Amino acid sequence: MAILNRKKKSLEISSTDASENAIANKETEGLSQRQIVFKRFVRHRAAMISVFTITFLTIFVFTALNFRIGPWHIHGWWKYGIGDIPELRYKDCPSGNVGCPTLSIRPGFLGGKHFGFGEHPFGQDDIGRDYFALVMKGAQRSIMVMFIVGIIGGTIGTVVGAIAGFFRGTVDAVLMRFTDFIITIPSIIIGSVIGFHFGNLGATFLAFYLGLFAWTGLSRLVRGEFLKLRELEFVDAARVAGASNRRIIFKHILPNAVGVIIVSVTLLMSGAILLETALSYIGFGVVAPDVSLGLLISQYQDSFTSRPWLFLYPGFFIIAIALSVNFIGDGLRDAFDPRQRRRLSLKDRMSGRTEKKGE
Amino acid sequence: MRRLGILLVILFGSSFILFNLAAISGDPLEGLRTSSEPSAKQQIITLTRELHLNVPPPARYFIWLRGILGLFVGKIDFGNARNGQAVSGLVQHAIPVTIRLVTMATVVAIVLGITIGIVTALRQYSRFDYAMTFVSFLLYSLPVFWVAVLLKQFLAIRFNTFLANPTVPLGWIIAYSSLSGIFWAGVISGNRKRVFQLFGIVAVGTGVLLEILSATKWFADPGLGPVVLFAAGVGAAFGVTQVSVGLNNKPALKASLTMAVLGLITYYPTQFAFKHSPHLTTILGLLAITLALGAGVGRFFAKVDQGPIIRTAMLTGFVISLITLLDKLMQTWAPYMATDAINGRPVPTIGQANSLLDQSDFWMSTLDTLMHLVLPTIALTLISFAGYVRFTRGTLLEVLNADYIRTARAKGLTERTVIMRHAFRNTLIPLTTIIVVDFAGIIGGAIITESVFGWVGMGTLFRQAISSFDLNLLMAVFFITASLSVLANLLADLLYSALDPRIRVGAGK
Repeated sequence: MAILNRKKKSLEISSTDASENAIANKETEGLSQRQIVFKRFVRHRAAMISVFTITFLTIFVFTALNFRIGPWHIHGWWKYGIGDIPELRYKDCPSGNVGCPTLSIRPGFLGGKHFGFGEHPFGQDDIGRDYFALVMKGAQRSIMVMFIVGIIGGTIGTVVGAIAGFFRGTVDAVLMRFTDFIITIPSIIIGSVIGFHFGNLGATFLAFYLGLFAWTGLSRLVRGEFLKLRELEFVDAARVAGASNRRIIFKHILPNAVGVIIVSVTLLMSGAILLETALSYIGFGVVAPDVSLGLLISQYQDSFTSRPWLFLYPGFFIIAIALSVNFIGDGLRDAFDPRQRRRLSLKDRMSGRTEKKGE
Repeated sequence: MRRLGILLVILFGSSFILFNLAAISGDPLEGLRTSSEPSAKQQIITLTRELHLNVPPPARYFIWLRGILGLFVGKIDFGNARNGQAVSGLVQHAIPVTIRLVTMATVVAIVLGITIGIVTALRQYSRFDYAMTFVSFLLYSLPVFWVAVLLKQFLAIRFNTFLANPTVPLGWIIAYSSLSGIFWAGVISGNRKRVFQLFGIVAVGTGVLLEILSATKWFADPGLGPVVLFAAGVGAAFGVTQVSVGLNNKPALKASLTMAVLGLITYYPTQFAFKHSPHLTTILGLLAITLALGAGVGRFFAKVDQGPIIRTAMLTGFVISLITLLDKLMQTWAPYMATDAINGRPVPTIGQANSLLDQSDFWMSTLDTLMHLVLPTIALTLISFAGYVRFTRGTLLEVLNADYIRTARAKGLTERTVIMRHAFRNTLIPLTTIIVVDFAGIIGGAIITESVFGWVGMGTLFRQAISSFDLNLLMAVFFITASLSVLANLLADLLYSALDPRIRVGAGK
């Protein structure tokens, strides 16, 4: 009896497998690879939410404060900058605190004030600086570090991995030993050494240096991908047609490896945010006159019991940014993975079944 | 052997680079040069002589290297720190602290991560899977220092306050019971009716248990006693047997149940031994006896196929020993709470041991060490467990799609055998290599955790080295972490090829 049951089950599975395949194939009919990937990505709900979050956050954060590009000064929409020292607010604060936050998100009918930013949404720090402005500045730093590390690390990793994987032999051996070499230096140690000695040169410089040491994992992955792809027929075909090495690398192999690259660059970026904040936290990253989320947390962790907002808000921003980037990476991985089959909803199954009957 | 040579060259090269980078980027005498102290000049001269500061960095590197190369003749010399102490002495004190800090967290993270990873893979695309995916991504994005402060506040301080009057309010009981109900219903799952049933059973069970514990003020004076111990032992016997060989295997079940009975019989003798010979060796000795007993019992019950049955019995014995040990520590709890050093607030937020506590009593100091480990362990576990969940889930899903799993199912093997024997073992291959590398990397990674919780380990040495331009100290920390990571990578490669015969080391070209 048990055997019979199992048999029945496996039969069921195989038949649904076939129909699922049919639906999946139908879905990708007549679409280019890029369109398929895009379609899959758009369907990943968490990833789409994250894309909107990160875009919104970036615009929100970067337009908040005054900005200078060369000779132009662009005014931010927020009234305070990080240099302004308004008077410390002490009215309406619970239990004799000063500089409490005025942000109110509880709507009026639930007993709160109406939604509004108020004078100092995230409160004020010890000397009265507007904490919202400080957090915005810190978030700007984090996002900037993230992109710089992503771009630099991504470029170096791709180039090194591509060259090693494509040319193999001595070039490969030399480049991979060089990669091993960089891997032996733990990122937090090199980051601290760099950050401590060059941290006062600014966050951009720090990010630049971190990027120079962050590419190792990526280059190994790209190398593996290139080793695999260069043996395939389309590369032979291109070579027979007389394509140069450069053309083969950039036109034929790289587009096929782009999935792996993009996914690991996103992971690199979310790692970079955490590394930068961690370095600033232990005092080896961005240093005092400058502002960073990690630095803010480290400055105000002791005031957590009395003024928790000074500690919580920077943390929320770190999490929001890192979480969005991670989810985008996850969505991209799913989108690029050809084996990934979407979970079919009941509707799809039904439509698949009716079509089959109609055939 | 060739690989080992290459690794040495790599280590040599990267240490050379770091040495020079660190040496040219800071001047250890800077503070003294601008100082107006009369002895400053003298100090500059001494430091210059001791640390060979008059030698240019690339050449100075070889002076340092000469000390390191003493490794091969059994006398390693990391040079002296700025204040004249031998670096090797400092490192010797720091390493055990760091290892103590990270080992527990890593083990907990691995066990929890793999378990939850397996469950999420088996329940792919269920609500539980989505929830765990979200949670693990969230944990993955958390900065450890931020979590640590939150834990200190919400876990340690609240729990300590709660212990002053250990009754759980009704609201919390309801919240905890529904949470555990949702969790277990998600893990076991099934059709809708079954899910609701499960939720009800687990929630009511947890609620009643918490209510009893709260009413009897169990949290102030916890303990298991022989009865609960026996019940837990029987539970462990069933659990271990099911996971290890399946409940259908009667000899294995009998062997494990015998182990539970033996655990009950030996309860009082064990307590006696614990009381009169409180040493680590006693614990280890008892554990060895238990394992030997397990092997004997397994052999006795097994007619055929001895290996798995002996293994099951030994595993059960191990679990029961852990429970017994836990019971003993719980008995120490009340006297521990009552000491002046603790004063009723047992969960510490900082430090690695309570210096006010009388260290002469073995059980007290063990409990103290463990209590100091609680918060850092939770923080580190939360951070690193997410990675294991994702990795295990991904690998297991890939394995489950493989043809040999289909073959195993087609042969008519039970689902347990398919998953534990065919799928899980193949999942372990890539996992092992990740774990090995992680263990090495975590020594360097505990820098932040150490600084938040005020432990004096490798991380503290490292921070001290950087901020005081102490090159020898910095290089010692670097040398240890780098060699560990290099060795771990080598070990991972070798393990991988040992576990997976398809892969040949050295055939990379």
